[in-house]
Amino acid sequence: MSEELTLTKPQDDVPASGEPLMKVEGLTKHFPIMGGFPFKRQVGAVQAVDGIDMSVMPGESFGLVGESGCGKSTTGRLLTRLLEPTRGKISYRGRDISHASRKDMAAVRSEIQMIFQDPYSSLNPRQTVGSIIGNPMEVNGINPPGGREKRIREMLETVGLNPEHYNRFPHEFSGGQRQRIGVARALALEPKLIVADEPVSALDVSIQAQVVNLLQQVQRDMGIAFVFIAHDLAIVRHFSQRLAVMYLGKIVEVGDRESIYQRPRHPYTHALLSAVPEARLDDGEEDQRERIRLAGDVPSPINPPSGCRFRTRCWKAQDKCATEAPPLVQITGNAAGHLTACHFPEEGSTTAREQDVVLDSALRAMESGGPAGD
Amino acid sequence: MTTLTQEADVPAPRDAAPSGAFLSVRDLYVHFDTEGGTVKAVDGLSFDLERGRTLGIVGESGSGKSVTNLSILGLHNPKKTDISGEILLEGQELTTAREKTLESLRGNKMAMIFQDPLTALSPYYTVGRQIAEPYRKHMGVSKREAHLRAAEMLDKVGIPNAKLRVDDYPHQFSGGMRQRAMIAMALVCNPDLLIADEPTTALDVTVQAQILDLLKDLQQEFGSAIIFITHDLGVIANVADDILVMYGGRAVERGSVAEVLRAPQHPYTWGLLSSMPRLAGDVNEELVPIKGTPPSLLAPPPGCPFHPRCEYVDEVAGGKSCSGDRPRLPEGRGAACHLTGEQKKTFFIEQIKPRLG
Repeated sequence: MSEELTLTKPQDDVPASGEPLMKVEGLTKHFPIMGGFPFKRQVGAVQAVDGIDMSVMPGESFGLVGESGCGKSTTGRLLTRLLEPTRGKISYRGRDISHASRKDMAAVRSEIQMIFQDPYSSLNPRQTVGSIIGNPMEVNGINPPGGREKRIREMLETVGLNPEHYNRFPHEFSGGQRQRIGVARALALEPKLIVADEPVSALDVSIQAQVVNLLQQVQRDMGIAFVFIAHDLAIVRHFSQRLAVMYLGKIVEVGDRESIYQRPRHPYTHALLSAVPEARLDDGEEDQRERIRLAGDVPSPINPPSGCRFRTRCWKAQDKCATEAPPLVQITGNAAGHLTACHFPEEGSTTAREQDVVLDSALRAMESGGPAGD
Repeated sequence: MTTLTQEADVPAPRDAAPSGAFLSVRDLYVHFDTEGGTVKAVDGLSFDLERGRTLGIVGESGSGKSVTNLSILGLHNPKKTDISGEILLEGQELTTAREKTLESLRGNKMAMIFQDPLTALSPYYTVGRQIAEPYRKHMGVSKREAHLRAAEMLDKVGIPNAKLRVDDYPHQFSGGMRQRAMIAMALVCNPDLLIADEPTTALDVTVQAQILDLLKDLQQEFGSAIIFITHDLGVIANVADDILVMYGGRAVERGSVAEVLRAPQHPYTWGLLSSMPRLAGDVNEELVPIKGTPPSLLAPPPGCPFHPRCEYVDEVAGGKSCSGDRPRLPEGRGAACHLTGEQKKTFFIEQIKPRLG
């Protein structure tokens, strides 16, 4: 049974195509803020995730992008049920697991795995590589033919590590190698869904590509669905067929790669794409992308703006945006499956406009007053 | 070369005599004594910087880019650091300068923006006081004047209600505002040299775009020379005029932004470019990572530090050995590599360029 390694066997137990592997409706997570003396009571809540709907199809790679504090990591932890949702429904292969008990979850745990951001704090320094990868198998009662140790060695080989390193400790490995151990740990349980929370952002550029390629190979060869959480838009574009853009606990736009990167409609998606610093490698021609510079930072999720949450930084905001939260719908001109939550959507193009959108006061003062910038 | 289109509007000769440059680093070696041995953090580095220009230093962690700049400012621990070579700021030697001389230069003639504003700002003093401190020290003005200057600087870098916010503490500022305050602090004395060490790495991308544009606009106004350290080639492409690529404590490639990004010559630069996904790239094109891991600076590989990870070691002809002879980085545009100029050109055009989409 050494062919176990690649797991290319057809996914016979996957639900019929068209049915999502995981479906999320109105998912909400509010972290309570306690205060007061002498008796602590709830004085507010961090609205980390506030009513999001999404679905992940079997074998697909779904990207989740946004800036820090937008709730993308919390969403990842809710999907793996490391956090208990405040409201909303998570169904996995048609089964509601949003409030499933520990016992009910046990069966599902091995099928939904997670890869963490920091390869230094996510591996126990006192355990050997063998036990780090083997423990989840033991907990989930998985006894592969040929024994666990054989399977662990195979896994190490799959992720590009030497099987002889079975008895080594995490500190003997570099950051990239540690992240590979994290990947092996997730793969050992033959999961159907892996939630990868910023899996490469802690690594050096030349190592990032190694891990991205490994994840991509795993996703293709083993048909595992991925929820890929990252703030780097170029990496998400490379890795995910479909993605959602989050802002302050809400999904503002979701669609396939082509729609989001070529024909974004939400002003925030426009701003985000235009802010990505890009090295132009072609000869001559100037940057053809639009230039949008927002003012200030993301507001606090403790007291988010009413209506549309982006309105405080949006150049198209009107009265309606403050009173009415825009629904996430397919607006006219969008491809199927491309949903946008905006009352006044932008044109679906990312090329330069006649006039740059510059909202930052300091930039505006300098660019209008002094010698004209570029 | 056909790709040097930028050259026309950059008349400044980059390989001018070292004495003419505003900042000139010659043959800099910085070694630290540690329990494990001597760390060769910077190993024979030379570069020049003109006034009003921005030099981008790119490299991965452990390439010596931050240490170089700490030693320019004299912020290394002299007891544990073995430093040799020359750092000339307008002809003044800094490596052997007395602490008092450095003190009068730091914050005045040269200033630094650090990566993490939360640890670089003191939580104990108001933002305004921290910005005013170098101004009072170097300009000898009154407390009141310095306070007004701090408010003016905060306004300049785009803090709303600067007159009120100047009395706030750092924890009352958001991440982007703290980095703006750091920039205000660095610029308060109109420094001639500004060193920005990964100033936007801790920030979100929309805030990063604001800060980068702000730095560019401020440079136009103040005319400072900037050394911009980052690991992100995209950021470098946006802000820098010239690029220095560092690897294992040494400079491996140097040139203008257009030269290095459009016709890179060093296999390490090729590796960086092809391992980085781009917004405009082809999604079906696989990334090509650099094999292996960066070297330990305790025992850097002999010869070319990149040779254990290099794909082109076998192509080197002419009796030179990558593991034995250390390649020299020529003055001006060039790469520290034993491949011939013709080879560099053909390998890039035939093998690397198609990968970049």
